[in-house]
Amino acid sequence: MNSGRLLAVLLAAATIALVLIGTVWPAPSAAAYAGAKSMLATSSTAEAAVGILGDEIRAQAWDKAYSSLANRAQFTEPEFVHDLTGYYPSLLTYSTLGNFEVRPLHSSANDADVQLTLHWSTVVGSSPSTRTLHVIKSGEKWQVEWPIVTPQTLAPQVIPVNYLRWDVIYRGPGDDWGAQDVEAPHVRIVDMHPVERADGVVVLGELLNEDIVPAYVSVSATLLSKNQSPIATEGSFDRISHLLLPKQVTPFLIKFPNVSLSEVGSIRMTPLSALIAASADPVIAIDNEQLHPAPGASLTGQLNNQGGQIVNVAHVLGTFYDKAGNVVWVADQYVNQALLPQTPVPFEIHIPEDLARSISSQRTVIATYSSEGSQ
Amino acid sequence: MKLRVLLLHCVMAVAMMRPALSQSTNMTLPTPVEAGKAFSISIPGSGKATLYIIGLGQVLKRDVSLGQSAFFPAGSLYNAGRYLAVLAGESSTQSGEFDVSPANKPAELAFLARPSRLPVGQHAGITGAVYVFDAYHNLITAPTPITFELSSPTGTVQKRGVETHDGSAWTSMDSTGQQGMDRFVVRAGDISSNRVISQVPSDPCGLKMTARQSGRQLLLVTDPVRDCNGNAVSDGTIVTFTESFDGGQSTVDVPLKHGVAQVQLASHNGATISVASGIVMGNQIHWKD
Repeated sequence: MNSGRLLAVLLAAATIALVLIGTVWPAPSAAAYAGAKSMLATSSTAEAAVGILGDEIRAQAWDKAYSSLANRAQFTEPEFVHDLTGYYPSLLTYSTLGNFEVRPLHSSANDADVQLTLHWSTVVGSSPSTRTLHVIKSGEKWQVEWPIVTPQTLAPQVIPVNYLRWDVIYRGPGDDWGAQDVEAPHVRIVDMHPVERADGVVVLGELLNEDIVPAYVSVSATLLSKNQSPIATEGSFDRISHLLLPKQVTPFLIKFPNVSLSEVGSIRMTPLSALIAASADPVIAIDNEQLHPAPGASLTGQLNNQGGQIVNVAHVLGTFYDKAGNVVWVADQYVNQALLPQTPVPFEIHIPEDLARSISSQRTVIATYSSEGSQ
Repeated sequence: MKLRVLLLHCVMAVAMMRPALSQSTNMTLPTPVEAGKAFSISIPGSGKATLYIIGLGQVLKRDVSLGQSAFFPAGSLYNAGRYLAVLAGESSTQSGEFDVSPANKPAELAFLARPSRLPVGQHAGITGAVYVFDAYHNLITAPTPITFELSSPTGTVQKRGVETHDGSAWTSMDSTGQQGMDRFVVRAGDISSNRVISQVPSDPCGLKMTARQSGRQLLLVTDPVRDCNGNAVSDGTIVTFTESFDGGQSTVDVPLKHGVAQVQLASHNGATISVASGIVMGNQIHWKD
């Protein structure tokens, strides 16, 4: 009984002591998160200066970050903030900086080039953004020259848009039994292909809206064992373009973690479609798509919003085919900046290295969201 | 109300507990009564009694004088089904069963036509099923002649005559080659019900584009897009243009507008340009400046 009390007293004392130590001498990273001071207290080196800037951006201490810049006279603080978080509502608008990486590229006695990779935490996962910063020595300390990107401005103009818009009136609750409702869109899976990966089975495929009305679509798959008992059911979640206009095709990818293809006897696919109000605008062109081989296999290109409406979030889905035209992979990327009319925005989709060699062609589709009217 | 329900339960219980008496009833119950028609039950004997007619969703109670007929006017019993008649006298209870059948005259048709929208030229693509009801919403189970008729805007009419089986009948029809709103009518006697079937264009056929230089851009325009029956493919249908050049590629999904799709892409000498819509491929152009 006495030893128990003694242990409790000791634990309480140790807790109090640790709290005091943590408060008086906090860990640098904790202090940086709390906004008290930077992890790297002084900008005595170029890397340290970039590190301090990264900490301040993470703490959203815009005043301090802006004040520390060597070229701050060239732009205002709001311009600096907008350069980081976007001039128009986009994925970055509602994100925070999770972490960052600093990589020196070149240095001399008076200046240096440092690569700063910012990993933004967005609602759809981490979104990296890389800037190459020029850092100059000013007296005893180093200061960052921020490479401000001035947004492209468009000449005031009227862009006539007269694409179709579809609205839907469903049957009402007072309609008689047997009264005719509006038919759900007819969709069809035109390709389906299971692939074994290190972390499980992946079901890839393509879905076609073969109707003349827009469809909200999703696909789920059930893996069945050789004796036809279900192993698991999963959906495509966001690895699909949920809105399909007439005759549009979307790829889909469904992951089954911790399942081996050898266990699977058959796969039951369940496409779902529902009528949805939609607009055929905006049209997004995908220009200069390039397939880059391994290492660092990727698909790059530029999105060009041909409409007059700002697209706040764009989701790029790439379907990759082998020489025989079979789907071998589906990959995607959310673009973290808004698509302004007539303004190219780059994208890069990474491709698994082991599959890159078998890819001979690709097709890209874009799903977009505009706060002025979703699509 | 609760007392009435309790009373009914008691009466039914008594009727069930005394099957011998029930079977030896002297009540003259009607042969199948048509729903909604008047009927009578003749009751021999003398004295007073209470007659209960109990069925699904309907109960009648009548004080009767034995030795006379109990008359029920038109509309008294309207739900088809089996009814239990219980005569509760002062000293004994008699019971028996009789049927109420649906009226023979159709008064309402529940018509299910599917789909409401389909491409042109589909064999047996349209199905219609009908359920025939009388004026009291009873399913008419007796065979009833039915006519299905599908008429297109061009005047083409497909007609089928069938007879209901257990209250229902169905048929299938072909969609025609002409897009438009078809009228699908079902008739039973002098009543009818109709639905609208939208016949829409099928997949594009002979998709073809042309290309011409427009400054530094290439203007790609399709010919008016039609299906294999010559119907104009609906506006909003996606047409995909793909330009492949020197290991690079540009792609645009463009909706049809006024029957054609057009787009401007950067001009690349030696580029191969293709056009497709859904799973239908169009022509290819090898562009030379």
